[in-house]
Amino acid sequence: MINYDLVVVGGGPAGMAAALKAEECGVKKIIILERAETLGGILEQCIHTGFGLQYFKEELSGPEYAGRFIELVNKSNIDVKTDTMVLNISKDNVVTAVNKDDGLLMFNAKAVVLAMGCRERPRGALPTLAGTRPSGIMTAGTAQKYVNIDGYMPGKKIVILGSGDIGLIMARRMTLEGAEVKMVCELMPYSGGLTRNIVQCLNDFDIPLYLSTTVIKTHGKERLEGVTIAKVDERFNVIEGTEQYVECDTLMLSVGLIPENELTTGVGIKMDPVTRGAYVSEMRETDHPGIFACGNVLQVHDLVDFVTLEAQIAGEGAAKYILDKASFDNAEYIEPVKGFGVRYIVPQKMNIKSEKDIELYFRVGAVYPNAKVVLEADGQVISSKKKIKLAPGEMESVTVPVSVLKTLTKDSNVTVRVEV
Amino acid sequence: MTYDVAIIGAGVTGAMTARLLSSYKLKTVLVEKTNDVAMGASKANSAIVHAGFDAKPGTLKAKLNVKGCAMMPQTCRDLSVPYKNNGSLVVAFSDEEMDTVRELYDRGMANGVQGMTILNQAELRALEPKISDEAKGALSAGTAGIVCPYELTIASTENAVNNGVDFMRNAEVTAISDDGEIFTITTAAGEIRAKYIINAAGCYSDVIARMVGDDSFDIAVRSGEYYVLDRSVGNTVSHTIFQCPTIMGKGILVTPTVDGNLLIGPTADDVGERDNLATTDAGLANVRKLAMKSVPSVSTRDAITSFTGLRAHPVSDDFVIGASKANARFINAAGIESPGLSAAPATAEYVAEKLFASMGATPEKNPDYNPYREAPVRFRHMTAEERTALVKENPAYGRIICRCETITEGEIIDAIKAPAGARDVDGVKRRTRAGMGRCQGGFCGSKVVEILARELDVPVNTITKFGGNSNILYERTK
Repeated sequence: MINYDLVVVGGGPAGMAAALKAEECGVKKIIILERAETLGGILEQCIHTGFGLQYFKEELSGPEYAGRFIELVNKSNIDVKTDTMVLNISKDNVVTAVNKDDGLLMFNAKAVVLAMGCRERPRGALPTLAGTRPSGIMTAGTAQKYVNIDGYMPGKKIVILGSGDIGLIMARRMTLEGAEVKMVCELMPYSGGLTRNIVQCLNDFDIPLYLSTTVIKTHGKERLEGVTIAKVDERFNVIEGTEQYVECDTLMLSVGLIPENELTTGVGIKMDPVTRGAYVSEMRETDHPGIFACGNVLQVHDLVDFVTLEAQIAGEGAAKYILDKASFDNAEYIEPVKGFGVRYIVPQKMNIKSEKDIELYFRVGAVYPNAKVVLEADGQVISSKKKIKLAPGEMESVTVPVSVLKTLTKDSNVTVRVEV
Repeated sequence: MTYDVAIIGAGVTGAMTARLLSSYKLKTVLVEKTNDVAMGASKANSAIVHAGFDAKPGTLKAKLNVKGCAMMPQTCRDLSVPYKNNGSLVVAFSDEEMDTVRELYDRGMANGVQGMTILNQAELRALEPKISDEAKGALSAGTAGIVCPYELTIASTENAVNNGVDFMRNAEVTAISDDGEIFTITTAAGEIRAKYIINAAGCYSDVIARMVGDDSFDIAVRSGEYYVLDRSVGNTVSHTIFQCPTIMGKGILVTPTVDGNLLIGPTADDVGERDNLATTDAGLANVRKLAMKSVPSVSTRDAITSFTGLRAHPVSDDFVIGASKANARFINAAGIESPGLSAAPATAEYVAEKLFASMGATPEKNPDYNPYREAPVRFRHMTAEERTALVKENPAYGRIICRCETITEGEIIDAIKAPAGARDVDGVKRRTRAGMGRCQGGFCGSKVVEILARELDVPVNTITKFGGNSNILYERTK
């Protein structure tokens, strides 16, 4: 058994930022456990730019963004073990991991930060997609690894299902590598990706985006030979007569991301069924004392910049837990209420005795043009912000200031809602 | 060289027969069309060891099923294959179906099935609380079980090869000639000479039989579609839940698997095509609807994959086993549809009996025969102490490749280096479970490609998903 103040599970942008923040707050003995051979997480294969505009106020590639944090970790006193997989976390915060050199490792942690990220939904998660199961069907992220890390072409004539950001990025990437990207199909009547990606990755390359359209069948016995696409109605049922065969050798899926919470559920931590991440406080503490969560394992973010900010909150929270556990005893929590149009809010509960403003992050359930985001406390409108467009693909936030928190009691009602 | 016996088809029947023949002084070759064993019905079926009450009394299906079911636990122990005696329930949803349940009970008694009881609604619900309120009662069969069908095939082949059987892959048989003593079998991998042939070619067994002039039977390929659900719902039921059988088969079942998933399916459609493994809208919709009839909480939101299996349905409706009338040295082991997996250990014995009858004598026993297949390393099932010792001995077991199923690099290397080992990504998957989890290889797929290329010493873009032209990568990027 090895003793640590803080064990951080995952060395991507979330894990690194959380560890660095905890150290800054005075935590001495910190270790990051990373399953890949290097720190950086998924950023290492995201060689396009667009990272860091919020956090660093400059445009960086994924590896550059990760590189800045890797450098800081290298200069710090934080221990790192790469090529190391965490197998489980016990209820008394013992983290068991394994790697080639050390074999089985057991860490006794005062606090744990979960920063395992997320994974892509595979074909199997589309239970109505029928047809054969040849090679050439892969998630966009897998294709990205093949092209950007391994240096091999995974396909030549490509149909992309799902207009999530990775799908959009890969449409451009494969085009630049000489592949023919025939189309991006999106089941919803709107794209799940960032507007800037639709412009820069599809429009600039004349790649059509077909909304309310899905792939219903795959063809080909050994390698994929084509797909059948079809239009869907507002209830996502296929509209008969709209089926169309599209010849292709590759189907790339960008149909959503799922937080990777096997370790979290293994501890028995309470989950939010909407985010599929843990249920957390404004410090990003789960309902299991001393275990914090941040980044895409908590909620799928659009921008790594927000992952970093969230991880710093968790790192600070973990530091506070390690150094001043008693301060957690006085907390008094209320749950912010999801009003009209709001699908989820993170954090799911907030301490009304917090001495800092609390930022509530949320997503809407549909597209709302020219709408307002309204924050109410006990019937009073605290803030009302105009938005040109609210969409499920873009995370929003609203601030609950300390001045408002001071007026609240444990029976107070704080609601975030969309006003159209 | 001339083999004593060539077995055509490395499904569960061919593989178990090869293993049995390796216990005799015979030189046997197991000939397979594809890149791996268990690539037909043996990889895509309900994974059930049936008790044996379905088949008509007096049929080979009935006889070999009951015997095979009794042999299965020991066979699986010898071969280190996962098996569980979880029992099965045939659920009745009406009074008429309760009559069917009673008929099945009587048929089971006639077939010699032990351990059957008829349950009323309360008894059924006590056993399986999540069963539909509409269920009136059920036939319980205590001897039924679940098994991993491809692992049984893989383990039998490994054991056969260790006992001297040759395995030839990518060797599709295109013609057979006979000089009266020795067959010459033309395959995609070259010619094979053999004194006897066992035809275990599954959906193509009638095609192979016709190569020696035997047109005594026909195979009508019948497809079945399934969903595999995530391990998080694997304990929805503990028994295998059948509905009442129809003329097309045993209906849609809901069953746990030995690996902890939940399996629902199959449909039954006569498709005509021998190798069409496509799932269909209608078929999948049917599985969703009918599985919920038995267990309403089943939801394909938990689906991790869907697949189609093809059954080699004999038009005669019974297994076709024995020396061909067209050529006494050509032994058919054909038309092996359900309960073919359950029957497999008994079928192998029966096929051998027919072979030896053709030979005119039982061959001498192979004194070096070892019936045991050593259990492969399964990191995920080990204790902390075992894991520590294992990684110390071989660091490759300390590197997790498949995070969903906790599969190590060492296990993948073992699967590639095993006798008749994995040559493609799906082969690694069936042997180790890498890629079988909820992310379906999204994370580990590219690592498995890398390990295969390294261990087989070939370029990564020659690695396939399942042989043939199922390559995963093209050339290098510019």
